[in-house]
Parts: sequence; structure tokens; C-alpha cells
Amino acid sequence: MTFYDLIWLVPVFPLIGAAFNGLVSNRLGLPKTVTHTVALLGAGAAWLWGWAAVVQWMLTEDTHRPYVVEVFSWIQGGELAIYGGRVVPLEVAASFQIDALSAVMLGFVTFVGFLIHLYSVGYMHSESDRAYARFFSYLNLFMFAMLTLVTGSNLPVLFVGWEGVGLCSYLLIGFYFEKDWCAAAGMKAFIVNRIGDFGFLLAIFFAFFYFGTLEFAGLHEAMAAHHGVPAAAATIIGVLLFVGAMGKSAQIPLYVWLPDAMAGPTPVSALIHAATMVTAGVYMVARCNFFYQLSPTAMLTVAVVGGATAVFSATIGLVQNDIKKVLAYSTVSQLGYMFLAAGVGAYIAAIFHVVTHAFFKACLFLGSGSVIHACGGEQDMRKMGGLRKHMPTTFWTFVAATVAIAGIPPLAGFVSKDMILAKAFEAGLTDLNGYGTVYFLLWGLGLAGAALTAFYMFRLVYMTFFGSFRGGEEAEHHLHESPWTMTLPLQVLAVLSIVGGLLIGFPGQLFHLEGWSLIERFMAPVVLGHGEHGHHAVSFALEWGLVVVSVAAAVAGILVARRFYRLDPSFAKPRALAERFPFAYRLLLNKYWVDELYDATVISGTVKGSRLLWEVDARVVDGAVNGAAHSTVGSSFLSGVFDLKVVDGGVNLVARIYDVASRAFRRLQVGYAQGYAMVMVFGAAVLLGVFYLIKL
Amino acid sequence: MISAEPYVALSLVLLCLGLVGVMVRRNFITVLMSLELMFNAVNLNLIAFSFRLGDLAGQILAIFVITVAAAEAAIGLGLIIALVRLRDTVSLDEADLMRS
Repeated sequence: MTFYDLIWLVPVFPLIGAAFNGLVSNRLGLPKTVTHTVALLGAGAAWLWGWAAVVQWMLTEDTHRPYVVEVFSWIQGGELAIYGGRVVPLEVAASFQIDALSAVMLGFVTFVGFLIHLYSVGYMHSESDRAYARFFSYLNLFMFAMLTLVTGSNLPVLFVGWEGVGLCSYLLIGFYFEKDWCAAAGMKAFIVNRIGDFGFLLAIFFAFFYFGTLEFAGLHEAMAAHHGVPAAAATIIGVLLFVGAMGKSAQIPLYVWLPDAMAGPTPVSALIHAATMVTAGVYMVARCNFFYQLSPTAMLTVAVVGGATAVFSATIGLVQNDIKKVLAYSTVSQLGYMFLAAGVGAYIAAIFHVVTHAFFKACLFLGSGSVIHACGGEQDMRKMGGLRKHMPTTFWTFVAATVAIAGIPPLAGFVSKDMILAKAFEAGLTDLNGYGTVYFLLWGLGLAGAALTAFYMFRLVYMTFFGSFRGGEEAEHHLHESPWTMTLPLQVLAVLSIVGGLLIGFPGQLFHLEGWSLIERFMAPVVLGHGEHGHHAVSFALEWGLVVVSVAAAVAGILVARRFYRLDPSFAKPRALAERFPFAYRLLLNKYWVDELYDATVISGTVKGSRLLWEVDARVVDGAVNGAAHSTVGSSFLSGVFDLKVVDGGVNLVARIYDVASRAFRRLQVGYAQGYAMVMVFGAAVLLGVFYLIKL
Repeated sequence: MISAEPYVALSLVLLCLGLVGVMVRRNFITVLMSLELMFNAVNLNLIAFSFRLGDLAGQILAIFVITVAAAEAAIGLGLIIALVRLRDTVSLDEADLMRS
């Protein structure tokens, strides 16, 4: 027995922890030590087992093929007629697989997940015992769902994890459910996600309809062979899958839930809404790359939506004052980059950016949590400042992650983002699928987004850590560095933000060292047709040129931020700029009024539609029911009258006939026995007389 | 040979007496006695003809009539007692429930 044969244990460990904390610890209100020991054991066991399984699998098995472990037979739906008149049995197993993509996801999800569990021990310590147990139960349950998602070997198992993470996201956003706006944010996230999930479900149905299987391996083979299936199938399934990804990974137009999701506790924002869950959409697109590879339309859709989201949300991030809101829009923007990569066929770059983003964004969120913790729950950056002196560890980790996300070499964010931009440029240069112009445009957008990213991230750092504290003297007195359970994860993640990029994805092409990128070599078998046209279309000089351009964009962003927010403590310049362009400022501050737009169209439309249906129900349906009742009452009245007058009248008439007819005879019935005797005697006498006369 | 006519005549007289008694008397006991008289008129007639015709069947029939009359008298007296209990009277005029 090997670790990777029991790969299904990886999600099961946190599930046990979730069950214990949710069913026992929460009910009994066990002390915090018990709760977080169990939760850390669950997450830690998943981490160790997951890494052991990945390493053992890499050493003993052929990493070019997925290793599938079937646990039990799950759905047996009988025989179904599918596309082309084939009849196939609908059989889905609860099976898990380990391949390069799963291994990468498993590796960082378990690791980052464990660090964030550790961080939560410090961050949530002021909650009541039962709320603490509830929190860790949800967090462990999330780990279970996320690990099911990344290890499932077919679409339905992935979908179970997909819905599971959505549920945990809802539960954790609404963790402080006694506050109305937190509960509302949870519901918003859930409903928006459901819209995307609907597309995902349809994609699953279409996949079965066209291919008769839902296993990734089977679908991959079918698409590689591409026989007997119309070309439109890949487009339909690809676009519908992407609709699901739009919801989960917060892309235009379904991104609106993610900024509101910051209502949850900060470790949740770090774990679910930055590092892991929101990248599920990217993972799913990369996992199903065989559909996209054969559908230029689906690829273009993904790239355009991703590129547009990257810039769109970055512009909103420029003016937000809530520290977590800035990071939330930054997350949406970075997710846009990942989809841009997927849309140009660079799935490996997308997953690479998922991993590096998990490092630096988790670090940023946890750092912001540390800041909020120190400021007593204050999230407005205008009331912070000068925290560098009070929180040295938080400061240097935060800066490391910020430099990484801004794209300064050689930190993690630079390596992965540069890979994405280079691939986008290459797609434009090689005129990929004939949409070269669009891809050039998207590369330009990505570059602009990189400059914006550098600007708003350094704006955040300058406003929070530099200058002097603006939150009042009493609050300043309370500023303190966080406990080690919070700073240790920060330090680990900061180190990974610095070296992680070079470690797993060394950009060898820049130094004539092709094949040095571990992740690219490792994940090549996952992508359909990868390696068939492996030569680089971009020349060596151009490659360096692109690096210089993107670094220049980042540096420009940083310099502007420095000028605006570092050198001028009164922030006069940005204020003057906002006053000069009041409309643009208000447009960004109000997030392009997208929420208001949805409110006016979709939400009030739904409300009005429901009201209309209610009116129809009240008037037409109820009217019909009441009409039926009225007509029944009326007809029973008529039949009552008929019964009383006609039927009873007939019966009474018969009685009356007898009454009248018997009136004459009644006189004879006098009731005296002697009277009857007299009649008898005279009758007998008459009879005798008659007989006598006849005899004569 | 003794003639039958006197017996038949006597029987006719007794029957008419009994008949008138049954029809006109109001006292239930008197009515019952008149009824008894009518029975015996019939018996006399039967015996007279039995003797005249030399056939014993008439006499046997008379004995049957006497037997049945005894039963009839018992029932009649029972009715009288019931009437007395209900109405505290023996007058037949009071037994008029059938008259509405």
C-alpha cells in the first residue's frame, strides 16, 4: 500500500476534523485548545499525506499518465441514448486521480491551507469557544471540499468539491451572521456562484451527451482523437464551463460577489477568496484544456473576459480606501491574468500564476489581517499609517509580497506574470487562431494592468505603513505586533513570495536554458497537444524586450504611487487629481455603479417579475379556484331548490293523493270494536239474503 | 223420533240474544258473556243435528268448540285485566286508541 493509492484520505482528514469540531466541539463548547488541535491535525495530516503521496507518485509512477484510484461506485444511471445514437451506461465512480496538475494544486492548497489554519489560531482567539469551533469546522470542511475538487478524476466529483467550496464560502462570509450586511454578502456570493454553477452543470450534461463519459482521461482521449463529434461541441462545453469559472473565479460579469466577500474573517479572505477557492475556475479550465484547445471561440472568450477583468478591477482598486477591498479587487484582477493565460493556451502559465498568487496574496491578506487586528478592527487606510515602526515582521513580509505582486524581478509575481504577458504577446505574434490583433490588444491591457497593480499596491503600503499614524492617540497606544501563530505563516509565505517563482518556474528561455522551468516540464502531459509546436516564436531579444517593458510599467506605477502617497503626507496630489476629474473619480469610487446597475436591472427585474407572477397567482389562479368554488356553491343552491321543490314536492304530492283519496274511507274506521261487529253482522245478513235469493 | 226443530229454534233465539248482547252492551265482561252465549247456541245446534242425523262428528265438534271457548275466555279475561290496568275501566267505549 502506498500513499498515493490512498489519495482519497487527503480530503477525508479535514472532513473528520470538520465533523468533530462541528458536531462535538461546537455543541459542547469545548476549550479552544482542543478545537484548534483537532483542526490543525486535520489540515496538517492532509498536508503531510498529500505531499508524501505526490512525492511517492513522482518517484514510482509514470508522471505522464494520471493515476486514478476508484473508491466506490457512485452513480449508476442505467443506459442512456447519447449523441450519434449510441447507447452508453451512465456510470460515475467516486474516484480520485493524481497527475501533474492535481499534484501542483494538492501541493500548494494543503500547504497554504495549513498555514492559514495556524494563522487563524491567533486571529480568532477573541471569539467565544463555540464560534471558534464553528469557524474551524467550516475551515476544515472547506479543505475537504477544495481537496476533493483538485483530486477528483471526473466532472461530477469535481462538481461536488466545487459546490462544497461554494457552501463553505457562503458559511464563512456570513460567519458574523448577526450583522445584516455580512449575512447579505454571504447570500450574494452564493447566488452569484449559483448562476455560474448552472453553466457548469449544463456543460457536464453536454459533455456526457457528446462523449458518453465524464472521466477526464476519457474526455481527453476523445478530444485528442476528435472523431464523430461536431466541432461546436467543444465550443458549447468550453463556454459553459467558463460560465461556471466566471462565477467561482469572479470574472466579469459575475465578479461582484468577491469584494463583498471581505465581510468574512480575514483568514477566510486569505484562504478562500484569494489563495484557493477562487482559483478553482482556473484549475477547472486548465483541467478541461482539451475542450479549449479545439475551440478558438471558447479560447477567445476566456482571454477577452480575463484581460478585461484584469484591467477593469485594477482601476477600481486604485481609489478604494478599505484595505481589504483593495486586495479583493487586486485578486479579481490577478484572476483575470490567469484567465488571460488560459485563453492564449498557456495553461501552465495560468496554474503557475495560481500558485505564486496563492503565496503573495495569502501573505498580503494575512498581513492585512495582522494590521486590522492591531488597529482594533479598523479597515480604513485613511486611519492607518506609520505601522512600520510598530509591526516590523508584518511590515517586511507585506512589502515582500507587494513587490512580488507588482512584478519586480526576480520575485514570484514577476516570473509568473511575465510568462503570461510573454505568452499573450506570442499569441498575437503567431496570429493564434486568426485572432492575432485581439491578442495583441489583450497583451496591451495586461501591461496596463501591471502598471495599475504596482500603483495601487504601493499606494496601500505607503498609506498603511509609512508616514505617521492617523487613527488617534488611544488607538496608537494599542498597536502591537501579532503573536507567533500569525507571524510565522506570514514569514513562510513571504519567503515563498520571494523565491517561489524562480524555484518552480525558472524562466530558462531568458538565459538559453530551455527546460529549466520545473512546472513547465512537469505539467506538459496535462495539456492537450503540448509540445507539438513547442518552439518559441518569440526571439531571444524580443523576450528580453518584453521583460524590460513589463518591469518598466511596474516601476512607473511604483514611482507614481511614491510621489502621491510617500513624499506628500497630506495626499494633496491625488486629491487634486480627483477634483480635476470628479466624474472619473466617482466612477471608480462607486465601482462603475455595477452593483447599482445589477440592482436596477437584474434584481429589481426579478423582484418585479416575481410581483407580476404573484399578481397572476392572486388574480388568475386564485380567481379560477374561487370561481370554481362560487360555481359549486351556486349549483348546489340550485340542486337544493330542485330537491326541496321538485323531489320533495313529488313525494308530498303522492302523500296528498292518498290523503284525499282516503278521506271517504276514513269515516268507516270508527275505532269501536262493536261498530265493526255490527257491520259484520249486517254484512253477513246481506250475504245470507243474497244467497237465499240466488238459490231461489 | 224427537223433532229437531225446537232445538234449532232455541239455538236461533240464544244466538240472537248473544249477538245483540255483543253489539249493544258497553261492559266488556257482559260482551264476553254474550259471546259465550253465542258459542253455546252454536253447540246446541251442532248437537241437535248430530242427534237427528246420527252422526257423532257434530258432537265432537261441539266438544272442540267448548275447549276453544275456554281458551278464548282466558284471553278475553286477560284483555279485560290489561284494559283495567291501562284505563281503570271495563267500558269498551274507552278502548278507542285506533280512533284518531
